[in-house]
Amino acid sequence: MLRQPLTRAIALSSPSRVAPLGARRYADAVPAQPEKVEVFIDDKPVYVPPGTTVLQAAAQVGVEIPRFCYHERLAVAGNCRMCLVEVEKSPKPVAACAMPVMKGMRVKTDSDLTKKAREGVMEFLLVNHPLDCPICDQGGECDLQDQSMAFGSDKSRFTDIHFSGKRAVEDKDVGPLIKTIMTRCIHCTRCIRFASEVAGVDDFGTTGRGSDMQVGTYVEKMFLSELSGNIIDLCPVGALTSKPYSFAARPWETRRIDSVDVLDPLGSNIVVTTRTNEVLRILPRTNEEINEEWLSDKSRFACDGLKRQRLVTPMLADSRGNLTPVEWEDAIVAAARAIQDCPPDKLLAVAGDLADAESLVALKDLVNRLGSENVYTERDFPLEGSGTDLRSSYLLNTKIANVEDADFVLLIGTNVRFEAPLLNARIRKAFIHKETDVAVIGPKIDLTYDYLHVGDSASVVKDLATGSSSHEVLKRLDAAKRPIVILGADQLKTQEGSALLAYTQELALRLQDKLQDKNWKVLNVLQRSAGAVAALDLGYRPGVATALAAQPRVVFLLGADGGVVTREQLPKDAFVIYQGHHGDVGASIADVVFAGAAYTEKRATYVNAEGRAQQTLPAVSPPGRARDDWKIIRALSEVVGERLPYNNLDEVRDRLGQISPALVSYGEVQDNNYFAQARALSKSLQKPVSGTLDVQLKQLEDFFMTDPISRASPTMAKCVQAVIKQKSSVY
Amino acid sequence: MAGALARVIQGTKSHLGLVGPLVNISNVPVRCQQTQAPPTKSQYGPLADSDRIFTNLYGRHDWRLKGALSRGDWYLTKDILLKGTDWIVNELKTSGLRGRGGAGFPTGMKWSFMNKPSDGRPKYLVVNADEGEPGTCKDREIMRHDPHKLVEGCLIAGRAMGACAAYIYIRGEFYNEASNLQVAIAEAYQAGLIGKNACGSGYDFDVFVHRGAGAYICGEETALIESIEGKQGKPRLKPPFPADVGLFGCPTTVNNVETIAVAPTICRRGGKWFASFGRPRNSGTKLFNISGHVNTPCTVEEEMSIPLKELIERHAGGVTGGWDNLLAIIPGGSSTPLIPKDVCTTAIMDFDGLVAAQTSLGTAAIIVMDKSTDIVKAIARLIMFYKHESCGQCTPCREGVSWMNKIIYRFVEGNASPKEIDMLWEISKQIEGHTICALGDGAAWPVQGLIRHFRPELERRMQEYAAANGPSKAERLY
Repeated sequence: MLRQPLTRAIALSSPSRVAPLGARRYADAVPAQPEKVEVFIDDKPVYVPPGTTVLQAAAQVGVEIPRFCYHERLAVAGNCRMCLVEVEKSPKPVAACAMPVMKGMRVKTDSDLTKKAREGVMEFLLVNHPLDCPICDQGGECDLQDQSMAFGSDKSRFTDIHFSGKRAVEDKDVGPLIKTIMTRCIHCTRCIRFASEVAGVDDFGTTGRGSDMQVGTYVEKMFLSELSGNIIDLCPVGALTSKPYSFAARPWETRRIDSVDVLDPLGSNIVVTTRTNEVLRILPRTNEEINEEWLSDKSRFACDGLKRQRLVTPMLADSRGNLTPVEWEDAIVAAARAIQDCPPDKLLAVAGDLADAESLVALKDLVNRLGSENVYTERDFPLEGSGTDLRSSYLLNTKIANVEDADFVLLIGTNVRFEAPLLNARIRKAFIHKETDVAVIGPKIDLTYDYLHVGDSASVVKDLATGSSSHEVLKRLDAAKRPIVILGADQLKTQEGSALLAYTQELALRLQDKLQDKNWKVLNVLQRSAGAVAALDLGYRPGVATALAAQPRVVFLLGADGGVVTREQLPKDAFVIYQGHHGDVGASIADVVFAGAAYTEKRATYVNAEGRAQQTLPAVSPPGRARDDWKIIRALSEVVGERLPYNNLDEVRDRLGQISPALVSYGEVQDNNYFAQARALSKSLQKPVSGTLDVQLKQLEDFFMTDPISRASPTMAKCVQAVIKQKSSVY
Repeated sequence: MAGALARVIQGTKSHLGLVGPLVNISNVPVRCQQTQAPPTKSQYGPLADSDRIFTNLYGRHDWRLKGALSRGDWYLTKDILLKGTDWIVNELKTSGLRGRGGAGFPTGMKWSFMNKPSDGRPKYLVVNADEGEPGTCKDREIMRHDPHKLVEGCLIAGRAMGACAAYIYIRGEFYNEASNLQVAIAEAYQAGLIGKNACGSGYDFDVFVHRGAGAYICGEETALIESIEGKQGKPRLKPPFPADVGLFGCPTTVNNVETIAVAPTICRRGGKWFASFGRPRNSGTKLFNISGHVNTPCTVEEEMSIPLKELIERHAGGVTGGWDNLLAIIPGGSSTPLIPKDVCTTAIMDFDGLVAAQTSLGTAAIIVMDKSTDIVKAIARLIMFYKHESCGQCTPCREGVSWMNKIIYRFVEGNASPKEIDMLWEISKQIEGHTICALGDGAAWPVQGLIRHFRPELERRMQEYAAANGPSKAERLY
């Protein structure tokens, strides 16, 4: 069913996958723009490049042609026939989604022939559609509903006098996320195309013929993908709906708040849907620079974790060490007393994965005012060389969208598929549509596309950097016009981290210096968490090992749930303050707990892996007596006696702007520089390396529960269970 | 279905999309490329034995290489090949041969589309031997009794378009035909007629047989290509046409077995000779299949433009019970609209003659129905066939044909409202021309033919039903 993109189809026949058509497209290799052709949409002239489809040309003049199967980001199927339009001098209507424009073409999107064709197709679609809108979750946001209102007939001609009924199709079980009611399916095949083109899972397809055709997984099987939820959005009818959200709400009852996701380092744009102060579901919001219009399953479905395991009130350990709910005053006074009694060098603050920039800066300012420099992040990063002084050393410098233009991708010690699913989708897109090749140094993992496996030893990186490798990858990298190197930040926590970073910098910059395209950035470091970049930008020191060795007396954990700080490492009388939103690892060792707000409950700044500052907006209020994180620290500072000089969010953001303007230039990302300096500073660190590179998230079941929110999510737990069950199936 | 489905392009000329803008599409006369003076003939048929191309149509002689050589196959093939692409294409153009699969696209022009400057991709010839159209049984006769004509035709057609190989996609049910064809190909390889340095011409050409699995839709050219590629047989969107992106993404031409099989003879005897048969723009000889209520059903090679009545009476022994016992005829395979007796009396069996009779030549499979036929049930059975064979890919065909099937089976017993006749007509019009391939059209036309010519019969049944059982429920619901 799925049609491979043309270049791929051709490549299938040639063993070397080098398309004879000259399919590679680079901005610098593209010849002069071909002349635009003039076409007329409803007599309105429009100039479009040759190869544009009628539907796209119509969109340019603001004429929307109804469609079900067509989707901009998927291959053209042309099978729903809803987009039929009349073209002058063509005896029959043509499918606008598939017909390329021709010079002087006159398209009539409003003629009688067009209207009749649409009405006819709509009638056919409804013949076997159950019309169970009142009990269908898609109701209110259903393309079929909307378009039958706009383009359908006003009466029914369906006379089923034998009461033989409409076509009924058995529902499929494709896992805990997607509910299928296949009788509603109109066979647009968007889900099939998404699965095989974007998600890279060829499990979906059609079986049967004619009116017996069914969309399904051939054998009953879970849709094993980290992007599966997107087919819910793609389905134009209610055949695929969200299982966790089923029968929860109607779209017109809900409020929709634009926000940003924090469960992976990319900061995908989302819409949080709420009703009566409850997050009901999360949907993607289009952002071409980051997530296009997709969203990973964790970001989409972990939102039920926001309602469970929450810290709803401040707590204080009683005499027996049990945390008991107390008033805010008691908790803050207890914490302030401990901080005041603590010598500054014994005070330690540790920030976790989900900390926002505002609370990070407030905490840092407080600790600094108390005379301590001990602000750390849980995640490690080498401090030798330029360390975290140069932004280019810890960011995705290429930027997410530009990854599509790369012609060779080298992944070092990272499983992009699970660490940043939508970045992996971009790489796959480049692999499929632009013949980009990928090489991996690290364990063998399933990335949904083929790659060259160069080994899993760190010394491979060294050999590539020094040019002493005999592997063909070196030649490919040298020949590439737009190579990129992505280093997983997880690799930097080992002893050899600094050397590995140094070699990666050496390799990337050696390649970058040779490039014709001087603006192309080769070096990328993929962070693992949404809070990492902001923390490093603000001057948090990565890695707590040395600080813990100094035997701190008071430890302030700002959402530090990574399990890096444990009671065993601390002195017996150490006082632990935990601030966060979930009762997870951090809260379990705390003496005082401050109940904070989760990302859907506060207006907060997060900086994604490419260094783009974005803000979340409060969709619901924090539960119980939980409060905005920076306000808690501001209140604490007052009691401690070191009052922080900001009283509202704007003033906090002014402070952020003072430290780095990049933190408050929302939606933008700055170009990074000083690559050469970073390289020079790291020269001395190029020591022999011998370790092997391993990644934390290897299998799909590792992907779902990685942070306090997703660990508290029953849906994510079901996913893990279902994936493990599927693995034991014969299919 | 032997390409009868592709008939919709008769009006649109799919391949013109390659050479010119859409503007030309409805310009049907463009396809007329006969330059010779119009023949003054007024009598067409019977065909003289000396002018028959398929001399072993009935399998009375040896079908293997020895027999084929004795009938003149493979004679001077090398010389034809050496005359080159342009000569062969020109000869085909002169002959006025139009595709024998149903759509009737001029073969010479189709082949010439393949001779664009090469971009390095190989080119393929695909032979459509998926003869599935009910009533049609001409290609199987060629393949089991004269397979060498087809193999030689592949070589010559392949040379004309610069193809490196031919794939013959043969219907799964044709076991004996595939077997004979395979033997013929093996003989030809052994005799050096095809393969490396075919016929000593210095031209390398391979012929492969690919057996289908029995889906009617795989006779549609792009579905056929998909099927050869190992995918589900579902038609592709056009454009791009197979001449641009066809089999394995390479330029491809799909031709009917009969089209390919007559090519060697045309080259040997000359395009002018072939053009001397039939009316202008409808020239040549043609295999006609006559089945149904005739005394001697047969497949026969005849001159184009022979009157339908003469064809039936001369070769099929006449309609059972005499011409006056005739009810209707489906003249071109199941997908063409039927014509009632009075139209049959004057119908001319060629492309234009049948278009004038609001039907189509299709594969020239004539299904004769005498007055004992339940004409509504006959058409209903055809619709059931199309419902069963619809691939399900696009909406109008998937949903529309099964809806038509439901309605027409109620028409059989008369349990319907007379208003529904118009509704059925409209539904068939909603399917026709709105689908990816022409199966939808093929399903719509028989219904349209029935309503056009037998509306009183439908109404009579409804009245009878109402008299016996009270008004139909449909009367109230619709």
